Amino acid sequence: MKSNDIILQTMTNVVLFIVLIFSIFIFFNGHHEPGGGFIGGLMTSSALVLLLLAYDLETVQRILPIDFKIVAAIGLLIAIGTGMGSFLFGEPFLSQTYDYYTFFVLGELELATALLFDIGVYLVVIGVTLTIIQTIGEDK
Amino acid sequence: MTNLMIWPILIPLLTGVVLLLAPKRVLFQRVLSSIAGVALIVLNIFILLSIHQDGILTLELGGWNPPFGIVLVGDMLAALLITATSIVSLPILLFSIYTIGKEREQFYFYAFYQFLITGVIGAFLTGDLFNLFVFFEVMLISSYILIVHGGTKKQLRESFKYVLVNVISSAFFVVGVAYLYAVTGTLNIAHLSERINSLDSPAPILTVIAVLFLIVFGLKGALFPLYFWLPASYTAPPFAIAAIFGALLTKVGIYSIFRTYSMIFTHDIGFTHQLLSILAALTMVIGIIGAIAHQDVKKILVYNVIVAVGFVLFGVSTMTEAGFIGAIYYVLHDMVIKGALFLLIGAMVIVAGTSHLKEMGGLIKHHPRMGWMFFTATMALVGVPPLSGFVGKLMLIQGGIEAGQYGIIAVMMVTSLLILYSMIRIFLKGFYGQIKLLKADQYGSSKGLLLPCAFLITVSALMGLGAESLYPFVESAAKTLLNPEIYIDAVLKE
Repeated sequence: MKSNDIILQTMTNVVLFIVLIFSIFIFFNGHHEPGGGFIGGLMTSSALVLLLLAYDLETVQRILPIDFKIVAAIGLLIAIGTGMGSFLFGEPFLSQTYDYYTFFVLGELELATALLFDIGVYLVVIGVTLTIIQTIGEDK
Repeated sequence: MTNLMIWPILIPLLTGVVLLLAPKRVLFQRVLSSIAGVALIVLNIFILLSIHQDGILTLELGGWNPPFGIVLVGDMLAALLITATSIVSLPILLFSIYTIGKEREQFYFYAFYQFLITGVIGAFLTGDLFNLFVFFEVMLISSYILIVHGGTKKQLRESFKYVLVNVISSAFFVVGVAYLYAVTGTLNIAHLSERINSLDSPAPILTVIAVLFLIVFGLKGALFPLYFWLPASYTAPPFAIAAIFGALLTKVGIYSIFRTYSMIFTHDIGFTHQLLSILAALTMVIGIIGAIAHQDVKKILVYNVIVAVGFVLFGVSTMTEAGFIGAIYYVLHDMVIKGALFLLIGAMVIVAGTSHLKEMGGLIKHHPRMGWMFFTATMALVGVPPLSGFVGKLMLIQGGIEAGQYGIIAVMMVTSLLILYSMIRIFLKGFYGQIKLLKADQYGSSKGLLLPCAFLITVSALMGLGAESLYPFVESAAKTLLNPEIYIDAVLKE
């Protein structure tokens, strides 16, 4: 029952990158404005889901030979690790800090440790979402 | 400011995450889980002793002050319960290594076991109601996975009901939390206690919220008439999983009722606590009827879990120091002894190849140690001194007398006798009686199964013999609950 999805596939090749870039923008937009690891992660996984819809499971697994369960576990480790990072400074669990740094070309930017935590969240969301979708998708 | 209080949550959480990385390496999973189990026991005993010495320990996560931030509070009750949790979870883990089977071991069993413990310990330690909900969910989601883990037909059928019941009760939980926040403007337990207890004429809506929370926690803790899901779903999964459920999960519901009904909802004791005592009595009656009626050893034991819920909540409803001490003793004792009995019944069913009493008999001929351990555990459950059940029941009765609840005390005494009847029936029919199976016909052996049971029974005996040295801990836990000012001062630092 292979349908003719040439339009979807062609569009996906373009749209995929737009969605991925926007998801990264949304991810960095967090902290002070709407965005962050959770939404960014969902958006990245929706891009990958689009890829799954346009092509099939095998193709996507060939392009991205990643075990998403491991991605989720690594994300959790990063998130817990940033929480525990505050132990080194004698602060309570999950304490966070930030400072302003000047970068070449980019100018002055705020760097917060909450970003590291958010990377963990981002990975957990991608890992869990795609594990669920792949598990359901395999079930034919 | 000390980070000590986060470690009981971090140890199982980190272990679980690391186990997720290597699901197929069974030996690694077994060894790491066991090491984490031992580390947790040592840490929790250390915390218990430091709280005993220095009073309540708190940790403000991220440095945000309560009532705005998230706070972990280790008072004596929480410390006793996390210690008991870690002591019970290690032998059940060892038992599961022998019985759970390679396929389950390779499919994240140990990881979710650790996440379950994370949820249980987090629920005991948290200092605000929303995070109680969060840790409930951590625990419940792990329990959904464990109950269906392996995917046998019975597990699939029962887990569907189990998930449905718990999703609905979680929804009610959020509704209750939202109501409470709308009425009082806070969810921090210390802050709630301070605000509600300083009211001159509390609004009737608070009583409604109190009953709503009773429904929610009653569903989790199997209080009459909300126990209906428990017997079927606790008999579906393998014994190791049923043991951890029976020993820990209902206790979290009981703990939540204990915490909220002693520190927060004390504005209308005449109604709420009277209701609680009646429901507790009915829980005892229904539980014991189920335990006597069934011929299936698993069912008999599962209904005994329900009876224990009634005992503990009766202690809570008395609102006396003796009643609280009894309830705390009894809940600690019940965690240990229910764990032991589930494991023993598990070993018994593995050896006999059936869980039906009529098809068993004479097991004591080939398994004398198992038989006498079962007998000892039964005696402890019933409350024969010097084992652990005795002190709890004694104090419960004393508390009941102080509160003038003679009727319920009578129900409790009769129930205790009937517990003896229901359990000794297993001993007489299963272990004594005519030998149904020759040694050669017996399914599997009890190798490795009895050590975890022996450990738990020893703990139970020590709790009974050492009741005198345990008493100051329990007494201080009960005092904190009866005088929430101690807790409020420690958390809000006024």
